[in-house]
Amino acid sequence: MERPKRKNPVLRTRLPTLPPAARSRVALGLTAAAALGRFELQQCRDCGTVQYPPREACQKCLSILLDWKPQRETGELLAQTVLHHSNDLFFRERLPWRLGLVKLDCGPTLVSHLHGEIQDAPAKVRIRTMLDRAGQAVIVALPDKENADMADDRQLREFTCDPKHRKVLVTDGKTALGQALVKALAKAQCELIWVGHAEPWKKFAGFDELEKIPQVTLVALDVTDSKNVRELAAEIAGKVDIVVNNAEYHRSFGIANRQGVETARAEMDVNYFGLLRLAQDFGPAMRSRGADGRSSAVAWVNLLSIYALANFPPHGTFSASKAAAHSLAQCLRAEMRPAGVRVVNVFPGPIDDEWNQLLPPPKIAPAALAKAIVGALREGIEDVYPGDVAQEWLARWRDNPKALERELSA
Amino acid sequence: MTALAQFVNAFSTGKIRVVDLTQTLSPEFPGISLPPEMGQAWPFRIEEVSRYDERGPAWYWNNFSCGEHTGTHFDAPVHWISGKDLPNNATDSIPPERFIGPAFVLDCSKEAARDADFLLTKEFILEWEAQHARIAPKSWVLMRTDWSKRRDPVAYQNYDEEGQHTPGPDVEAVKFLVGERDVLGFGTESIGTDAGQAYHLRPPYPCHYYMHGAGRYGLQCLTNLDQLPPTGAVVIAAPLKIRNGSGSPLRVLALVND
Repeated sequence: MERPKRKNPVLRTRLPTLPPAARSRVALGLTAAAALGRFELQQCRDCGTVQYPPREACQKCLSILLDWKPQRETGELLAQTVLHHSNDLFFRERLPWRLGLVKLDCGPTLVSHLHGEIQDAPAKVRIRTMLDRAGQAVIVALPDKENADMADDRQLREFTCDPKHRKVLVTDGKTALGQALVKALAKAQCELIWVGHAEPWKKFAGFDELEKIPQVTLVALDVTDSKNVRELAAEIAGKVDIVVNNAEYHRSFGIANRQGVETARAEMDVNYFGLLRLAQDFGPAMRSRGADGRSSAVAWVNLLSIYALANFPPHGTFSASKAAAHSLAQCLRAEMRPAGVRVVNVFPGPIDDEWNQLLPPPKIAPAALAKAIVGALREGIEDVYPGDVAQEWLARWRDNPKALERELSA
Repeated sequence: MTALAQFVNAFSTGKIRVVDLTQTLSPEFPGISLPPEMGQAWPFRIEEVSRYDERGPAWYWNNFSCGEHTGTHFDAPVHWISGKDLPNNATDSIPPERFIGPAFVLDCSKEAARDADFLLTKEFILEWEAQHARIAPKSWVLMRTDWSKRRDPVAYQNYDEEGQHTPGPDVEAVKFLVGERDVLGFGTESIGTDAGQAYHLRPPYPCHYYMHGAGRYGLQCLTNLDQLPPTGAVVIAAPLKIRNGSGSPLRVLALVND
C-alpha cells in the first residue's frame, strides 16, 4: 500500500457512518469472541451440530443447549459477487464491495466479506470473525496463504486499526514499555509518533535513542495536568489517528501497609483521571475524523491491568485504580463507537518493570507487550490479554470470579 | 507624624517601591522531585469550576491543589525533624511580627554562573559584611544567584546522573548565620534553601537542619532579588495560616527605598 496522499485541507471531512449494528442478545456471543480475536460458533451439546447464524435452539435437533466453542478457521469459497449498489450509508461510501458464500469446514455455509486477494470460487479460505466499525462481529474471509501486504487490503482495513501510515500518540515514552511501543509502532510503519514525557527536566534513560527514530516527536505531556493535556490536544488532536495511553502510576501497596491516601490518589490521578482528561480533550477531534479516508482516526488503546478484573491485594490500590480506568474505558468505548473509533483495552499480567521487582516470573517483557498491542491493532482485536499470566487469569475469572477472588487473596 | 503615617506618606509619594519576589504559581513551574518510592508533594494543578458557562453562568473560578512546598514558598521550623519540638514552629503559630523583616541580599550571581554547585561560605559572608554592613539580628539573608532567570525548567532544575546541581550555603555559613548573626531566616532563588547536592554535606541539608532546628525560616523559589539593594530592603513574607502547616506558598514582597 502506497502512503495515502495528503488530504486537500480545504475539503470537507465526511462524517463517520456505521454499518448495520443491530444484533440479538444471542448474536452478541459472536461479538464477545471476536473482541478477543477468537472464532467461535454455537455448537449443540446434544447432537454436535455447529450453528450459524446464532440462534436459540439447534437447527437440527431443537436442543436449547448451545455452547459457544472455538471452531476450525477454514472453509471453501463457493461463490462471490461484487456489490455496486447499497442503500446502507456506510457501504454506499465504500463501493464496490466484495462478498461471497463460504462453506465452513465445521459445517455451516455463510455470507462473508471477501479479502481482495482471494481467487475466484472455488478457493480455499481462512475465516475470521472481526469487529466492524459499529463494534459488531462480522465474518471475514482471508486468503488461504498469509502474505506480507495482506493487511493493506482496502476492505480489510475497514475492520482493523492498522497503524501503517497512521499518526499515533504514545502518552508516556519514559517507561520501557513506552519505548518498546514506539519502536514497534515505527516498525509497523506509522507515519508520525508523538511521544509524551512528563517532567521534561528529568532526562530519562533511552531518550536519545527515541529521538533518533525519524517518525518520533517528543512532547511534554503530564496527564495529571489538565492544562497541559488541553494544550497538547489543541495542537495535535486533529491529526492523531491512534492514541496509546500507556501512562500509569504503579506502587505496590495494599490498604494496611501504606499510611494515608496520597499514593492511592496519585495512582487514581494518572490511571483514572489521566484517561478522563485525555478522553475529554482528544476524544472530540478523533470522533470527527472517524471516516477521514484510508488513514482515519481509528483506535484508542488503554493500558489497563489484569488486576482490573479482580483485586490483587499486594497491589491493592493500583488494582482499584485500574478497575476504575476499565469502567471509564467502557464509557469511552460507547462514546467513540458512533465515530467508528475502536477502544482497545489491554489487560496484561505483571510487566517486567521496576514496580513488579519482587514478583517472581513469569512477567511479561515490555517488548512482548508492545508487540501484542500493535498486533491487536493490526488484527482488529478489542480486548487484549497478552501473555500466559493474563490468559490464565482470564480463564479463571471467566470460569468463576469468586474463586479467583479467594485465590488472589490467599 | 506617627511612624505609620510617615510610611504611608513615603509610599504614596513614590519614595518606597514594591518589588514582587514571587514566581507565578502554574503547573509549568518546576516542583521538588523525590525518589519515586517516597511520598510525593502535589505539584500545582488548577481545574476550572466554571467560566461564565453552563457550570456557572455569571462567574469564573478555579479549584487549585498543591503541596505546602510549591512555587515560591515558606518553610516553617516544623518542616524539619530538627525543629519538630520547638514552640511556635508551624505556619499558624509563628508570631506574625516575624513575617516582616529587613533583608540582606548577598550577591552570589557571578559565582553561581561559574559553578552551579557553588556553596556560600562563612568567609564569603564576612567579606560581604566588610564591604556592606554587618547582618543585623532578626533579618532575612537572601542569597542572590540569578537562578530565577533560568526560565527553562531544564536549566532551572539542572539535573544530571548525580542529581540536581543548584547553589546553596555550606554548613559553616548556616551555623554562622544562626549562631553569630541571629538571622530570621534564609532565602534562595532555587528550589531549596539547600544546595542541589546538599544531601552529601554533613549533616545532609544543613540549611534545613540548622535553620529550622533553631526556629528560623526558609524562603525558596524567590525571584527579582537583583532588584533589591544589598541592604535596606524590608521583606513581607506571611505564609497561609494552615493549622500545624509545615510551610506554604505565599506572595513575598520587598519594600525598597527609592
